[in-house]
Amino acid sequence: MEAQLSHIEHVDHHHHPQSLISKYVFSTDHKMIAKQYLAVGLLMALVGGAMAYLIRVQLAWPGKPVTGWGFIAPGSYMAMVTMHGTIMVFFVAMPILLGAFGNYLIPLMIGAPDMAFPRLNMMSVWTLFVASLVLIASMLVPGSAPNAGWTGYPPLSAVPEYSGSTWGINLWLLALALEFSSFLMGGINFVTTAINMRAPGLTFWRLPLVVWMEITASALFLLSVGPLVAGSVMLLLDRVLGTTFYAPSQGGDPLLWQHLFWFFGHPEVYVIALPAIGMMMEILPVFARKPMFGYRAIIYSTIIAGFLSLIVWAHHMFVSGMDPRLATPFSILTILISIPFAVMIFAMIATLWRGSIIFSTPMLFTLAALSSFLIGGVTGIFLGSQAADIYLHDSYFVVAHFHYTLFPLLFMGGFAGIYYWFPKMFGKMYSEPLGKLHCVLTFVFFNLTFIPLFMAGFGGAPRRIYFPYGYDFLKPLQHYHVIATYGAIGLLLGQLPFVINLFASMISGRKAETNPWHANTLEWTAPSPPPHGNFEHVPHVVRGPYDYSVPGVAEDWVAQDKVVTVTVAAAG
Amino acid sequence: MISQTFLPGVSTFSGSVDHVINLIFVLAVGWFIVLQGLVIYFAVRYRRRPGVKASFITGESWGQLAWVLVPVALALVCDLGIDAAGGDTWETVKGELPPPAVTVHVMAQQFSWKFTYPGEDGKFGTGHDLVEDALHVPAGQVVHVVLESKDVIHDFFVPALRLKQDILPGRAITAWFNATEPGTYEIACSQLCGPAHFGMRGKVVVDAPNDFNTWLSAERAAQAKKAAADTSATRGNG
Amino acid sequence: MEADIAIHANAPAIETDSLVSLPASRVALWIFLAGEIMIFGGLVACFMLYRIAAGGWTDEASHVDWQVGTINTVVLLTSSLTMILALAAVRRNDQQAVKRFLAVTVALGIAFLGVKAFEYHGHIVEGFTPSKGMFWSFYYTMTGLHALHVTGGIVVNSILLIMAIKGTLWARGETRLEIAGLYWHFVDVVWILLFPLLYLSLEAK
Repeated sequence: MEAQLSHIEHVDHHHHPQSLISKYVFSTDHKMIAKQYLAVGLLMALVGGAMAYLIRVQLAWPGKPVTGWGFIAPGSYMAMVTMHGTIMVFFVAMPILLGAFGNYLIPLMIGAPDMAFPRLNMMSVWTLFVASLVLIASMLVPGSAPNAGWTGYPPLSAVPEYSGSTWGINLWLLALALEFSSFLMGGINFVTTAINMRAPGLTFWRLPLVVWMEITASALFLLSVGPLVAGSVMLLLDRVLGTTFYAPSQGGDPLLWQHLFWFFGHPEVYVIALPAIGMMMEILPVFARKPMFGYRAIIYSTIIAGFLSLIVWAHHMFVSGMDPRLATPFSILTILISIPFAVMIFAMIATLWRGSIIFSTPMLFTLAALSSFLIGGVTGIFLGSQAADIYLHDSYFVVAHFHYTLFPLLFMGGFAGIYYWFPKMFGKMYSEPLGKLHCVLTFVFFNLTFIPLFMAGFGGAPRRIYFPYGYDFLKPLQHYHVIATYGAIGLLLGQLPFVINLFASMISGRKAETNPWHANTLEWTAPSPPPHGNFEHVPHVVRGPYDYSVPGVAEDWVAQDKVVTVTVAAAG
Repeated sequence: MISQTFLPGVSTFSGSVDHVINLIFVLAVGWFIVLQGLVIYFAVRYRRRPGVKASFITGESWGQLAWVLVPVALALVCDLGIDAAGGDTWETVKGELPPPAVTVHVMAQQFSWKFTYPGEDGKFGTGHDLVEDALHVPAGQVVHVVLESKDVIHDFFVPALRLKQDILPGRAITAWFNATEPGTYEIACSQLCGPAHFGMRGKVVVDAPNDFNTWLSAERAAQAKKAAADTSATRGNG
Repeated sequence: MEADIAIHANAPAIETDSLVSLPASRVALWIFLAGEIMIFGGLVACFMLYRIAAGGWTDEASHVDWQVGTINTVVLLTSSLTMILALAAVRRNDQQAVKRFLAVTVALGIAFLGVKAFEYHGHIVEGFTPSKGMFWSFYYTMTGLHALHVTGGIVVNSILLIMAIKGTLWARGETRLEIAGLYWHFVDVVWILLFPLLYLSLEAK
């Protein structure tokens, strides 16, 4: 579909009778594909969450059999840690934040009937399905499941004798390759659609922030994943063809992998972060009834952050054996990245100032995410400082830091988005009381789980340790693990209200109106849920997305395609 | 100091590392209290009340943006301060190594540590090397550890010394420290090295210099005696 | 606090400014190529850095035959030419010429792979397998990944040829050939980068 909508006033709806298979399984409709991504992400989150449960119980009561599973062998433990990380980053975060929300929101928010390439879109989500199956398979094949960490450093990951994993790691690499392809295809679609299919009047400076974030994230992914694709091919060839890329005895270099992995790995966390921040920036104005503060400043900061993210990767490698002289320049650049994010955080806080705040479930989750991300952000400084990192590298401090960035954005931000767009996606309202309960339980138990891990980190506790009692210096830190595990169990159980809410509301929730939140962006002008093709008439955009509480206008919101007469007060 | 509270540091540079951590801690906690405080205050103060409309503030003019940019500039100043403190500490620990009083070769492998000392001749590799299970060092003197791995990447981490260095197979990386307090401190491998990574524990035994010398001489003597016994045994069987 | 009304008054319903006035498929292909450039770029950058650090790998590199490489370079360059000629033919609606030039392009692509296979065979028979060391690891990976992309291009061009023969190509023939051509030229450019890096090295002293 190369439709250039600026020349079409009335959208031509092709009404093919759709069988169940073509409507649900082989759909090319971006909204259905988005829900498929969401389903994959939430299902994999269950698997990843189960891993988290097993890991945390082992850590709190090492050596004791885990309720519901049994005794965890040391080899299994590292497989669980590996799979937890791989699943959460690649099969939960990216499918939900990019796959689901990118797909759902971009066409609707730009006034387009669908993505630029609907069949390519379908291929992307199917590639992800296959990748997920390959990943599950990697846990079931003979030899160990993948167990070299989600970071997979060679020689441990390159030589089966060292890890005990033969087919496991091979399939892990294949699953990742498929996942990368899926999001490369998706990224091409997102960026092309945003460039080519915006409704008339929708200039880039009137794009909702979440759309900016989705395409920046997609572009960042596209640019950064290449070297890791190369590196993964090299790792797979080392394993199956005997190449020597990472084999020191034959001229290879284990550090090569680390450079290639982290060149991607660091931008990747912003690929995940930016869409979530974008969603928070859609929700804040709506429930503060106030424009998002500093729209242009945010966009410039986003581009700067994206660019900077490509030149800080070696802060994961300060003590790796790379030339120590590289550490200080990377440290300086890393600490500088806090600046564009500071702009975004301060802008979000400024949006609350003098607002008229409604504490809906999406808003509560957004505030929870913002508050938690504050901790994630400031603790990143510790690890960005090369000197502090001497002590804190590869410790529980790192684990706590990245959970305090990833979890608030992915889960609290993601839940904020799910609740906010639920009426549009499913045509029903969710239950507010259950939603608020979900938020309180998630926020409280999340903090209970991860604050103790900062303490363990200050005590020097290394990560990825199956049996902490083996070290004297870890014994005084053990109670932190116990608290963290109670937190984790509470956190997992605290998701039950969400599961109940999701399904009960989808089935028998109150019917949702077109625009229950009185929000400005274009998706709220389409029916709830939108039909195939989204809009009856192509919208004509006349303003930016955040005209809330405009003086001289009776309503406290003005949709992007709404023409109004404004009485302008004389300035000064 | 925060890390000192959890685990006291006993090397000449542990205070420096702890100082950087503490500086960041104070700044981090300070910023967090201010920002979180604002979030809570604004949420409460500006909650929806009947008849009160939100203000139309876009943050597009410089006057309004200043409210964001000035704090950002302040954050930048804090960042630069942290950079300055960190640079010096890093240079001390990882920069040019001070000349050693003692050099030990550390061999890391799945899943144990071996420490090799030179024999009587003071040279490595001449057949008189001592291989030990614990890293004995004298207090108050500069020690070089030459880190090598037989198989995968490991990491030499002594929390009490605030020293951490990844060990790469195929390379020898030299780190240094000067332990200030006699005592026994643990080594914890800090890079995932396989299923039994959790068990790769080692020990640093810091002795007063006289005690260290006594230990070293005793070990060398014992080794010489054993070598002589072995040679005579083979001669006896020849 | 004074509100800035002016920028929020109605703006006329203007035409959207497309960032680039290109059809979607071309935008998409350039984005795809950007990703591919990062993949090959990553490999090539690593190769160059490690080659310099290792002192040149002149010994190993001397076993790669620059004459065979030159033949392949000519083959691939010619196939890019025939691809351009096919595009020119579709623009002037010369359907027979399109089929001819597409067929030659496909044939040249297959020839390239044939020469490559002949080379690989020669190396392996002499004992220069991928596990022989860093130079060979890179050589096989870089040329192998490239060959995979050549294969992909052959498949695409063959499909277009079949469509041309069946008569189904012409509805959007120009766009399709443009896109396929762009991809094929990219594959050619990668080879032009690999050729000097792998085949043209200083004589071993």
